[in-house]
Amino acid sequence: MLKYSIRRILQSLVTVFIVITVVFLLMRLLPVEGYFTERVDKLTPEQQEAILRKFGLLDPWYIQLKNFYASLLKGDLGNSIIYRPNVPVVDVLRPKIPYSFGFGIASLVLSLVVGLAMGVHMAKEKGRFWDKVWTSFVVFINAVPAAVYLLFIQLYLTHITKLPILFSKDSFVSCILPTISMSLGGAAGYAMWMRRYMVDELNKDYIKLARAKGMPNKDIMVRHVMRNAFVPMAQYLPSSVLFTISGSIYIESLYSIPGMGGLLVDVIQRQDNTLVQALVLIYSVLGIFGLFLGDILMAVFDPRIRLEKEGGAR
Amino acid sequence: MTTRKEQHAITAIEDDSLFTFAHYDPEAAERTGYSDYSYWGSTIRIFLKNKTAVFLLILMASLVLFTIIQPYLPNQKDPNKIHIDPETGYQLRNHSPDGEFWFGTNVIGQDLWARIWSGTRTSLLIAILVGIWEVVFGIFIGAVWGYVRQLDALITEIYNVINNIPNTILLMLLAYIMRPSFKTMVIAMCLTGWLGMARFVRNQIVIIRDREYNLASRCLGTPTHRIIIKNVLPYLVSVIVMRIALSIPGTIGWEVFLTYIGLGLPLETPSLGNLLNEGRRVMMSSSLRYQLLFPAAVLSVITVSFYVLGNAFADAADPRNHY
Repeated sequence: MLKYSIRRILQSLVTVFIVITVVFLLMRLLPVEGYFTERVDKLTPEQQEAILRKFGLLDPWYIQLKNFYASLLKGDLGNSIIYRPNVPVVDVLRPKIPYSFGFGIASLVLSLVVGLAMGVHMAKEKGRFWDKVWTSFVVFINAVPAAVYLLFIQLYLTHITKLPILFSKDSFVSCILPTISMSLGGAAGYAMWMRRYMVDELNKDYIKLARAKGMPNKDIMVRHVMRNAFVPMAQYLPSSVLFTISGSIYIESLYSIPGMGGLLVDVIQRQDNTLVQALVLIYSVLGIFGLFLGDILMAVFDPRIRLEKEGGAR
Repeated sequence: MTTRKEQHAITAIEDDSLFTFAHYDPEAAERTGYSDYSYWGSTIRIFLKNKTAVFLLILMASLVLFTIIQPYLPNQKDPNKIHIDPETGYQLRNHSPDGEFWFGTNVIGQDLWARIWSGTRTSLLIAILVGIWEVVFGIFIGAVWGYVRQLDALITEIYNVINNIPNTILLMLLAYIMRPSFKTMVIAMCLTGWLGMARFVRNQIVIIRDREYNLASRCLGTPTHRIIIKNVLPYLVSVIVMRIALSIPGTIGWEVFLTYIGLGLPLETPSLGNLLNEGRRVMMSSSLRYQLLFPAAVLSVITVSFYVLGNAFADAADPRNHY
């Protein structure tokens, strides 16, 4: 277990390193206009050069990369260019992080609870009315782009429930819809897989044996079916972290939550290169961390998973 | 000199009725262990039993056909033409749906009916191009990854790096760097889309690769590419078809998302994404909401249909559901 964790940590660190390097180099491919606060044609060539030199953009790429890593280690992600000129990126982000994390974690928990409950209910009612209702719900959420149904939730549910249409800091009720919206995708995924694994489990022989022994249906469900179905579910935790990340980008901007996701949409539209770069890095690292956590969790949950590399029949 | 009896036997053999084809009789066949099982026959039969799926298949086929021929039908308008109100001489803004403009006009007076079908065409074209690329490139990488042992570790590492970055972020970054256009959008989605397919094909190939018949094939000196194409890939056809069907709603979803964050296609190229985005701008006034509802309805019908079709086909193609 320890050996596996260490290997997995090292692997994640290598991935982080590669991702940072690739993102940085890709950002260097962008036209330099994004670095000027004023219109390009208003600047003389000398001024343009001075600005580019200030950002170190005239150096060869490997020196830029080296400088970037050096400042990254000091916790310096550069200064914002257009969004809030010359304010360090770290200061721009600091007040936004709690919002993103709050909403992210709340919706992760909600999607897990709702999704699993829904999946169990579906498996129990297999082939009957509620199973069909929830299945159509899952199909709808999976098929229709989130950008569409989330918009309609905002448009009509706020109207029906009289909940506020935009987020505001002091009102708790304004958090309800964004959190629910953010958890829908994850919940649908959990429900679908939970149902599938439980149905698979129900068809196995040992369940028939338990029935034959006269074990009450409820006990079979809780002690055998659910317990065994939980294990493969662990592998969907990491991908739901990724889900939440992509959901948050859209939802934060939809409900004007002052978090990092909304900011990312904003700075992409305004082409603030250093902020885009910083946010892309943060989200990638979060994604890597999420997948790492999921792998470890899965190993903890299922003792049957062999952790060491194996040759097998291949 | 043949006897009478023998002559009788010869005429009996020449009798035509003895030379007709025997009919297939399942019961008789059962006795000898013969089965007329055909994989595609069963797949199609089970698929056709699913009434919803058949209905959706017909619906989608006619919809695709309609989007192709729509511009050539009589009385269709140019999606980019700004219509002028003949009475006032101004642009015909936000004209509610009526007999002339079936879906109304948008904020600058363009015909929404024409724009929606033109947009559907664009979005489906993107989806199909990306889907084809996903299949071709994904299968190629997946096959090499699964079959060529020396490359396994290398491709696994590359896969891990790309897969670790949230797809949304990667797609956004690529679209951001390459500046929005039809071409760059397709390229950005192609660069990220093949991952799932490659991984799936790889896992399947690892499972099938060492079955006895493949071992025998390899011992007989069949070249690798031939084993992959003839022995391994036919197993995967059904799931591959399913993945194409499922990648269509996926790609349309990405397009809508990219458009929302400002990295979509320019407005002269209508797509379902930028139609929705235009509709979103006016959604707060309920008399103009039709500009959001029409594209959203068309988009939802398309994505749900392809999703359900993909799943129905996968169920039908699964030999465990055959009998």
